[in-house]
Amino acid sequence: MDLQTIWFILVTVLFIGFFVLEGFDFGVGILLPFMGSEDNDRRTVINTIGPFWDGNEVWLITAGGAMFAAFPEWYATLFSGFYPALLLMLVALIARGVAFEFRSKHDNRTWRSFWDWCIFAGSAILALLWGVALSNFIRGVPIDSSMQYAGGFIDLLNPYALSCGLASLFIFTLHGAVFLTLKTTGELHDRAMGLARKLWAPATILSMIFAGYTYVATDLFQRLGVNPGAIPIFSVLALLSVIVMLKKNASGWAFAMTAVAIAFSTITIFLGLYPRVLVSSLNPDWSLTIYNASSSPYTLGIMTTVALVFVPLVLIYQGWSYWIFRQRLARDSKLEY
Amino acid sequence: MDTLFLARLQFALTSVFHFFFVPLTLGLSIFTAIMETAWVRTGKEKYRQLARFWGHLFLINFAVGVVTGIVMEFQFGMNWSEYARFVGDIFGVPLAIEALLAFFLESTFLGIWVFGWDRLPKALHATAIWLVALGSNLSALWILVANSFMQSPVGYHMAANGSRAEMTDFPALLFNPYVWKQFPHVVAGGLTTGGFLVIAVSAWHLMKGTRDQEAFSTSLKFGSIYAFIGTLLVTLAGHTQMQDLIRHQPMKVAAAEALWESENPASFSLFTVGNEKELRDEFAIRVPGMLSFLAYNSFNGEVKGIKALQQEYVTKYGPGNYIPSVITAYWSFRFMVGAGTLMLLAAAFALYKVIREDYSFSRLSGSLLFWSFLLPYIANSSGWILAEMGRQPWIVFGLLKTEQAVTPSSVVNAGELLLSIAVFAVVYGALTLVDVFLLKKYAAAGLHAAE
Ligand code: HDD
Ligand code: HEM
Ligand code: HEM
Repeated sequence: MDLQTIWFILVTVLFIGFFVLEGFDFGVGILLPFMGSEDNDRRTVINTIGPFWDGNEVWLITAGGAMFAAFPEWYATLFSGFYPALLLMLVALIARGVAFEFRSKHDNRTWRSFWDWCIFAGSAILALLWGVALSNFIRGVPIDSSMQYAGGFIDLLNPYALSCGLASLFIFTLHGAVFLTLKTTGELHDRAMGLARKLWAPATILSMIFAGYTYVATDLFQRLGVNPGAIPIFSVLALLSVIVMLKKNASGWAFAMTAVAIAFSTITIFLGLYPRVLVSSLNPDWSLTIYNASSSPYTLGIMTTVALVFVPLVLIYQGWSYWIFRQRLARDSKLEY
Repeated sequence: MDTLFLARLQFALTSVFHFFFVPLTLGLSIFTAIMETAWVRTGKEKYRQLARFWGHLFLINFAVGVVTGIVMEFQFGMNWSEYARFVGDIFGVPLAIEALLAFFLESTFLGIWVFGWDRLPKALHATAIWLVALGSNLSALWILVANSFMQSPVGYHMAANGSRAEMTDFPALLFNPYVWKQFPHVVAGGLTTGGFLVIAVSAWHLMKGTRDQEAFSTSLKFGSIYAFIGTLLVTLAGHTQMQDLIRHQPMKVAAAEALWESENPASFSLFTVGNEKELRDEFAIRVPGMLSFLAYNSFNGEVKGIKALQQEYVTKYGPGNYIPSVITAYWSFRFMVGAGTLMLLAAAFALYKVIREDYSFSRLSGSLLFWSFLLPYIANSSGWILAEMGRQPWIVFGLLKTEQAVTPSSVVNAGELLLSIAVFAVVYGALTLVDVFLLKKYAAAGLHAAE
């Protein structure tokens, strides 16, 4: 396997880490207003992700850094081309990031509901925008012969991308609801369970619509690239099984299944891209690929060593932190936020 | 409007803002860790309370540092895409390593620390905050490895078609002498920022006679030692840095001293009003021979002036203007050094009180010590302004000019840039108000609010 392919896989892994982990805290943020209006309920809900959300976000920062280091042309074209979308994303990340920290630091109704609103809106915008962004990678965007983005913001907001945005919004929300069933007890747990069961149908239907649309609007399923094999099928099966697990009150399994569905959909999309990273809608030859966008072999080699040592280490200590805070929270638990 | 100007404006705004929060993270994380270690060692309740108190202020500050950091990372691609294409092979590497090595460590263990007070054994809990401190300071190291490449490129060659610089020697990048001048300076700057905040808040409580007198005497004691050591280190590191700089970027030194003509022996400026158009002094007080002495430890030795260096660069790099904004370089240097000098006085005064075990403060001495927390902020910001503005017109010294690095206006136009600047100005303005409000509230409320 060449170094470019290894780095394509590593970037995929980082995005999977980001979507699976930050995905549920997007969902928890979106569900915040629906989990009760009492302050104590809301604090409990936020505390379920309190120790984790910042660490989860670092998966995105690392993915960004890895794109910069391994595929500078991809990073440059994407970040400059998707400018307004990224600006919106940054504002959403800022709003929800500080909101977690600030909301409980001052005892005032307006203050708290303002920050709660930031958590909700920021999480929802991000959950939607990530679907929009990712689907545009495969659908293709106007990229000219010198690797520069030649379109506008409107080119990103096509119906296909929006369908993916809606699907990702609902999938992350479902993922968050299932996470809450796993991390709470009592009335909060029951509420989360009710929401998860209600969310399952729209999330599944929207994902199917998106999958069908992908068949029509992109070459993802026709391309040879790499044979995705059973991966997309696993992702669909995982999603279908979620409702069964929920009906049996098997929260742990349900969470594993939403995680698998998210991970395998991400893999499907990246496999469909391979070896391209950003498709040009103007001329297929102008697409960015892992070969014309990559760093030098020396740099990729150094980065590979670094990643092979440190990614497992990170997984170990992040895993440990999930283990420390494995207990469920109830309304009368001691709260930090 | 010209997109280059707007992109630079946005970079200045967002990076100075990010670096308003970073140094406190660097310094206060270590201070909090020291407090908690004292608790683990002695079992004294006041140390636990102090660790929680300073930890709370740390967290309020940290939140803004994190979100503004994400903007920094995205910005290289958004506004400086040609820069990213040119140096991604090199510059991206420390950035990715920073996230992988430092940010994961910092954010994961901070979560463990904040939520783990009742769940972890004491010593393990204290280890968590030490790991946060380690992560923060490691992040400074890696970002400075990246910045040092821009200041003094090493370990690279130009690609065959000249389109980009490629890494050839990773250890050279890491052991770039520039890094090992910058890093101690920046970390020590962080120590002073944390130390002076501790001095300021403690002195305020002692002056007001609030109920936590004993605990704040203790933290004043630790804080003044901490700030004094930090200030000594930052000034010493600054001196060695300047001696190095004279070899790497003599133009920056000449601009920082408003030295128009080469001199041997070179004089040192105490106060200059210059005329940048005609490259001459309107008025200046200079100490003869001093600059040579400071640069070379000898009253003889040539320090090159701006005019001579401009000539030299035209021969070397082709026609162009190689002179940075002299007024910016000159005054940012004086603000930094001036603040550093005042910090030495302030830290020495606090230490003197502590040594005499005199913890009573008059309105005047208390207020002076309180406001001294601003000095490190002035020095940190002006230090970066000197480092970055003094390097102009280069973005990567000798390799790429800033005007070549900006995203083409066909991709990101002036309107979009104006929009993003406006958005960041509003959001950052609001964040400042909220952050200052919360810091003030928690600092004034004392130990019990943090429980
Ligand atoms: C051999 C190197 C060296 C050493 C041992 C020192 N310095 Fe220094 N100092 C310099 C090398 C230098 C310098 C690099 O040459 C500077 C920086 C820019 C300049 O013009 O001179 C400087 C500037 C400088 C300034 C700022 C002047 C200005 O530009 O406004 C002050 C206040 C001091 N020094 C003070 C000290 C003190 C109190 C020292 C005692 C520990 C000291 N220096 C040791
Ligand atoms: C110009 C390039 C810079 C980029 C791209 C950048 C990027 C970032 C990012 C993405 C974060 C958030 C990390 C998280 O979520 O935990 C962050 C925070 C941080 N950065 Fe930067 N940064 C830059 C400059 C600096 C400099 C110059 C320093 C120090 C010398 C620094 C030190 C830190 C520290 C200590 C944090 C931790 C949080 C805090 O700021 O309070 N950064 N930075
Ligand atoms: C009093 C003596 C000081 C001297 C001689 C000094 C010297 C310098 C020099 C020469 C630079 C520019 C380096 C470059 O262009 O790469 C610099 C940058 C900087 N200084 Fe200072 N400094 C002093 C005090 C301080 C203090 C008190 C602080 C903060 C508390 C500070 C914070 C910084 C920072 C954050 C930078 C930018 C990062 C860097 O380039 O290292 N400095 N300093």
